[in-house]
Amino acid sequence: MKNFSIATRQQNNVSILDISGELDAHTASHLENALKSLIDEESYAIIVNCSGLDYIASAGLGVFMAYIEDVRSLGGDIKLTNMNDRVYNVFDLLGFPTLYDILEDEREALQSFRN
Amino acid sequence: MAGTKHIQTLSVNASTKHLAQVRDFVAAHAESIGLSSKEISEIRLAVDEAYTNIIKHAYKNAPTEKVSIEIGSDSSKLWISLMDEGKSFDPSSYSNPDLKKRIKEKKRGGMGVYLIKKLMDQVQYNRKGETNEIRMVKNL
Repeated sequence: MKNFSIATRQQNNVSILDISGELDAHTASHLENALKSLIDEESYAIIVNCSGLDYIASAGLGVFMAYIEDVRSLGGDIKLTNMNDRVYNVFDLLGFPTLYDILEDEREALQSFRN
Repeated sequence: MAGTKHIQTLSVNASTKHLAQVRDFVAAHAESIGLSSKEISEIRLAVDEAYTNIIKHAYKNAPTEKVSIEIGSDSSKLWISLMDEGKSFDPSSYSNPDLKKRIKEKKRGGMGVYLIKKLMDQVQYNRKGETNEIRMVKNL
């Protein structure tokens, strides 16, 4: 999967996934595995930093759809940050901004987990 | 060059491995005729969604099956056709996705057709013999 990469870091008890490249039906399983691992480790405060994300298709959005309910019911959330306009537009076309916390910047997301 | 048609074709196996190649193929054509980066992004996504649906639904993830892709343009429009010989799609059975409900039910998918309709000006499904065609048109 040379056109997609993912890395995990921790800050203030929040898990941050840095995703970059192209997220499509081929690479979505990579994100899914990373989210599953966090949930298995009982890390439910999750930020997905999309600053390196160049492209997303609906298969990528489907991963967020599949896990948000579980994470929220366990007291956490998946917050999305640092999207470029093209990527945000896809989320927007499908109505995600009313149901997901999509923030300009990772710091805002960290702050909102503290509140 | 009014009236001149440019057509390119690509045949690929039905595998998500080839998604990036398929997107780059249509993007290169769109770029060569001078479309904006916004239009190129829309075309990349529309073809991705159509090809992914063929892989998953028409062929049910059988990677030896073939998909033919044609992209063409003239002075007034750009069109993309994807052809397969798998299970056909009935657009009348499709309803727009209710995101809130799908999240509650932990369902994913079912959004590709909706996106394609948003991104392109016309979408048609045709069946000729054993061949299914989705034809998507963007007015220029």
